[in-house]
Amino acid sequence: MFSYLIRRILYAVPILLGVMVLTFFLFFVVQKPETMARNVLGKRATPQTIAEYLHKRGYDKPRFINREPGQPFYDSIFFTQLQKLATFDLGVSDVTGRDLKTVFKEGAIPSLLLTLPAFFVGFIMAVGLALYLVFVRETRLDAAGALVSIALMSVPPMIYIIFGQAVIALTFNYFPAFGFELSGLTTLKFLLLPVSLIVVMGLGSDVRLYRAIFLEEIGQDYVRTAQAKGVSSTRLLLVHVLKNGMIALITLVVAHLPLLVMGSLLIENFFGIPGLGNLLVSAIQTSDFATVRASVYLGSILYLIGLAATDVCYALVDPRIRLS
Amino acid sequence: MSGFFDQLWVQNALLFLGFGLFAALIVSGSRNERWQRAGRYLRGDRTGMVSGAIIAIYLLVGALETLQFPYQNGTVSVIGWFFRNVPIESTYSAPLAATTLSTSDPQPLKGRHLLGTDALGKDTFAQTIRACRTALILGGFTSAIYIPLGTLLGILAGYYRRWVDDIIQYVYSVVASVPEILLLVAIIIVLEKGLGTMSIALGTTGWVGLCRLIRGETMRQSERPYVAAARALGQSHWRIITRHLLPNVMHLVLINFVLGFSGLVLAEATLTYLGVGSPIGTASWGIMIDGARSELSREPVVWWNLTAATFALFGLVLSLNLFGDALRRAFDPKRG
Repeated sequence: MFSYLIRRILYAVPILLGVMVLTFFLFFVVQKPETMARNVLGKRATPQTIAEYLHKRGYDKPRFINREPGQPFYDSIFFTQLQKLATFDLGVSDVTGRDLKTVFKEGAIPSLLLTLPAFFVGFIMAVGLALYLVFVRETRLDAAGALVSIALMSVPPMIYIIFGQAVIALTFNYFPAFGFELSGLTTLKFLLLPVSLIVVMGLGSDVRLYRAIFLEEIGQDYVRTAQAKGVSSTRLLLVHVLKNGMIALITLVVAHLPLLVMGSLLIENFFGIPGLGNLLVSAIQTSDFATVRASVYLGSILYLIGLAATDVCYALVDPRIRLS
Repeated sequence: MSGFFDQLWVQNALLFLGFGLFAALIVSGSRNERWQRAGRYLRGDRTGMVSGAIIAIYLLVGALETLQFPYQNGTVSVIGWFFRNVPIESTYSAPLAATTLSTSDPQPLKGRHLLGTDALGKDTFAQTIRACRTALILGGFTSAIYIPLGTLLGILAGYYRRWVDDIIQYVYSVVASVPEILLLVAIIIVLEKGLGTMSIALGTTGWVGLCRLIRGETMRQSERPYVAAARALGQSHWRIITRHLLPNVMHLVLINFVLGFSGLVLAEATLTYLGVGSPIGTASWGIMIDGARSELSREPVVWWNLTAATFALFGLVLSLNLFGDALRRAFDPKRG
């Protein structure tokens, strides 16, 4: 198990390197650092202020290899970026100049408070509904359920949010429509509506996917065997099919679990929750490239952690698979 | 480069080229026995036929809005020509209202508007219809990027395996490891904002899923006796790929294209909301929905732009999803 984990981590290194090269290509080759500086400093920036800005952040170094005599060849943007990534140094924001590691740490808590409950509630609801649709399979109810889930996933996510905010929060005044506070029950009041909106937004596609997975299981031989030995259809579904279907579900779900830290862009922005999603939206609006770049690294690291965790979970729940 | 694409005849030619290519693919596909069987099944599938017809209407409207001709010192699209007599007002007006939307100083309108007008006084109904063009162009360009890329790389990886497969797998693992929305945003903010950039970004992230799917299916197919037979007959790799493997994975490409299209239309709305989508001034559902943020807090509430855009977008995405599902059922060998 331990040696497997080590190998898994080593496997992630070249991929992370690829991500680094990809983002480097985007942010330093496709786009020139001067353009970036001009974007941040505004139209009135003089050549001096731009040069100063670039120098302060080390963006005025040669791009790949430093050919200047007397300087080490690795004193370039590429190698600096590489070194920063290797030491988990996320750098500072291009706009506010704040240390990104602190910024991300601060944003992670509100994001997790939002996405974690939404994930668990959403998962349980979707599995329950999918199982019910499988229970009534090939009836009108099942067909209607499938149609409703397709309809739910065909609505743009903003519509749910706009509706939730305008109608439920503002018109009926059930929930606060905007804002966030980190203090016990008040936090709960602020989170209830956003969390339920995330649940509703994901419900359609999740129910549809899980239903397909469970339907696949229903066709397996072990189901027929269980039916033949007289297992009731409720027990068959809730014990046999659920347990086996979970193996497929876990591989789908666990990979995305670490990414919950990144929060939800739209929801956080609409409701003014100071999480990582909101941070990214404001980074987009202010052309804060360092923050976007750091988010890309962080996102891919989290995703790779999720993939490794998926493999481990897979081995834990499925005795047929051994990690060696 | 952009000057070339700004020319009238180039845009019109591209439109016909796109539709021609799509028609050619369908016609060549329909020679395949599996496609004929699926076609017969699809004809009996009422949901599939209705949703297919609705998609065709959207595409036709989008094409007519893209097709432009010279008109009175400028150019006008076919749809624009139909709406040429619809007057432009000064600001918002409610559906079928006689005055502009204002509690203190309502001005008389130049005409009646079925769904009201937007902030710039443009007719909401016309704008909603014209937005089909944005959806069509975005879907068309993006698919033109990611479908050939994903299909080709998937087949190459699945057929040659070994180091070719290793390289392709590495590349798509890298792209897939970045959360999609982050990569989209990163690509769009370093390039110039616009429909073309959005297509490039969505194409860059979109090919991964298709490539993975085609790779798996190609691996399965190349184990089959017909590929071994083609090899034994001494056919070249290229011929095996184009004549034997490609026709047998094309149905997956078609299903992926239809379902992917619905994702693209939704992505346009989300990206526009995040400020990296359609440029201001284009007729797009994303912009109309984005505008609702300020419109809903006005007094009286401006609800018609949001409602019109939502229904138009929902109609297209729902039809695409339902049609994609119908296609999947039609091509499923295990059905019935």
